[in-house]
Amino acid sequence: MKDDAIPSQFPVEPGDPTRRNFLKLSSGAVVLFMGGAAVAAGEQTATGAPAEAAAIPPVPVVPVPKPARTEGEALEAYNWEEHRYAYLIDTAKCIGCGSCVRACKKENDVPDEFFRTWVERYLVSAEQSYVDSPNGGLEGFQPAHVAFVPTKAFFVPKMCNHCRETPCIQVCPVGASYRTKEGAILVDGDHCIGCGYCVQACPYGSRFINEHIHTADKCTWCYHRITKGLKPACVSVCPTGTRQFGDMHNETDPVRVAIEHERVTTLQPHHLTEPQCYYLALDKEVR
Amino acid sequence: MPEMSGYSFPNDIHVTWSLMIVMYPYITGFVAGAFIVTSLYHVFGRQEFKPVARLAMATSFCFLAIATMPLLNHLGHPERGVFVVITPNFASAMAGFGLLYSFYLIVLTLEVWFVYRKEIIETARRSRGLKRFVYAALALGTYDTSPEALAIDHKAVRLLCAIGLPSACMLHGYVGFIFGAIKANPWWSTPLMPVIFLLSAAVSGIGLLIVLYQAICKFRRAPIEAPTVTAMARWLWFFLILTATLETLEVIMLAYEKSESWQVVGKLLGGPLSFSFWSLQMILGSLIPFILLFIVVVMNRFLHDRIRNTLTMIASLLLLVQVFSMRWNIVIGGQLLSKSFRGWRGGYTPALFDREGVLVALGLLVLPFVLLFIFNRVLPIYSATAAEEEHDQEPSGPASSEAAPAGGIK
Repeated sequence: MKDDAIPSQFPVEPGDPTRRNFLKLSSGAVVLFMGGAAVAAGEQTATGAPAEAAAIPPVPVVPVPKPARTEGEALEAYNWEEHRYAYLIDTAKCIGCGSCVRACKKENDVPDEFFRTWVERYLVSAEQSYVDSPNGGLEGFQPAHVAFVPTKAFFVPKMCNHCRETPCIQVCPVGASYRTKEGAILVDGDHCIGCGYCVQACPYGSRFINEHIHTADKCTWCYHRITKGLKPACVSVCPTGTRQFGDMHNETDPVRVAIEHERVTTLQPHHLTEPQCYYLALDKEVR
Repeated sequence: MPEMSGYSFPNDIHVTWSLMIVMYPYITGFVAGAFIVTSLYHVFGRQEFKPVARLAMATSFCFLAIATMPLLNHLGHPERGVFVVITPNFASAMAGFGLLYSFYLIVLTLEVWFVYRKEIIETARRSRGLKRFVYAALALGTYDTSPEALAIDHKAVRLLCAIGLPSACMLHGYVGFIFGAIKANPWWSTPLMPVIFLLSAAVSGIGLLIVLYQAICKFRRAPIEAPTVTAMARWLWFFLILTATLETLEVIMLAYEKSESWQVVGKLLGGPLSFSFWSLQMILGSLIPFILLFIVVVMNRFLHDRIRNTLTMIASLLLLVQVFSMRWNIVIGGQLLSKSFRGWRGGYTPALFDREGVLVALGLLVLPFVLLFIFNRVLPIYSATAAEEEHDQEPSGPASSEAAPAGGIK
């Protein structure tokens, strides 16, 4: 079976029916994605590491087969040079339902104790603040009891910021962390040595060492979905439109329009990492 | 700056870099520190270091031989560790490891060979059978022990040592760089970090050699050279002052500046690190050895040999604790606070039997001494011929004339 020959970028539990089905559905996209990974590695070679080309055999870019079940949009040949993605989070709209966290866990087989995305709750007064994220917001939020009178309260979804000047790629000693042409920051799970340097370097706590596969793990913007024209799982399930995913190469894309015309900010801008997750209505308490 | 309300980012549950990553700089610190001692003799011609020059070189070599072990043991995929060398991403500080490590290993191995070349040949000539074959192989096909050849050896050692000194410093300074260049971590992110690592490496290296030298002399029933101990105590004191000053200055500077970093560092030093930083690293590990060595350095003339040896021994042992706690406070301490800066991670206590646990760490500390023992059996560190050879090459100082022991350890 061709499906079984796909090198697995994402952890695949042999007995997990949802993952198996999903992989069958998206085989074409995953193959294409691995091709992309090889191109990215090759580029890096040109800039400084000649040995790399020899060590990473180029994965041939297989033409996307046409599975009968996918949407018409996904049938188009995908060209990663035609996109540059960005993510927009409007914290004013988040209701803390945790659907995004659940969707992400299911879609990406995230280990129980870690999170590729999570939701934080803030209870803030002029003097004090209280923050929590019980189990990453996976089951939503129970009422919180605090010893002060909060004057404002809000939820903030968090995830990898897919920074353009990201320290995690810089510090990876073997080049296993890389950026795709569309701007997604990914980890080559077959090349990562599991040193944990990227986990240390990320200021946002977005990375973790996946204790099942012993490599770095993080949000991929659901790369297997976006390369088929779908939205990341967290965006698809968000009931309030808090989370939006768009293409900066598309002038009419609502995300690009919002980033261009609204007052947006990013997390911890002083680190100059140029996050590509933009926030609307972000409070100073949020870090 | 967020206040401490107990909230940690959900992924900040474990201390990712474990005891093994504490052991790594501790071990490479000995590598660099011991090499500094051997350079003091070979490059700077300090005769009083002659009795420890070979020991220092051998110690550096044995610690270097196992330096990669804690790292490989820590990796999620040790079998891919070689990728750091074959597919390095040179944007990463860590990718320099392969180059620095292998370069220093080559320099040090060559130096060992040149230092021992004459003895290897003589041993080969004296022996029969397998032993003769092994030593003949170690001689690498040249059996020239003419004075001209030995003079070349001597020059080669000096040159290699002169190259080895900066490489040893780079090998260890780079470890400090790995931490110092992480802007996400205020406790690590300071340009002082490589300097502090390097200076504390010198402290741990000299301290270890004082302990080793005295222990070996006791074991061999050989006299402990007073000039050697005095000189080592002086250098140890000097490096202790530098390292403790910088470690203190770093904290005072942050506190006075009231920078964002201080919000984090202050919480650490007043909280989970209060014992290991203030009590262990600063008072027991720095202040007390400072006073002990102060006595040795300032009142040296009035000290009986035995008092001097005891004072330097105690100071050295305390400094070995100081440097370990410094590594611990940096590596583990830097990971205790969640990057939310509002809460702590789950703390860190290494397990006894864990793959990255206490027993393995102890094993890693014992292993270099086992290697040193084997090294000494193959290439004797103290031998009569060695002293004679050095006699021929160097003008004999007060230390070297007495350095020729009655017999090597066999």
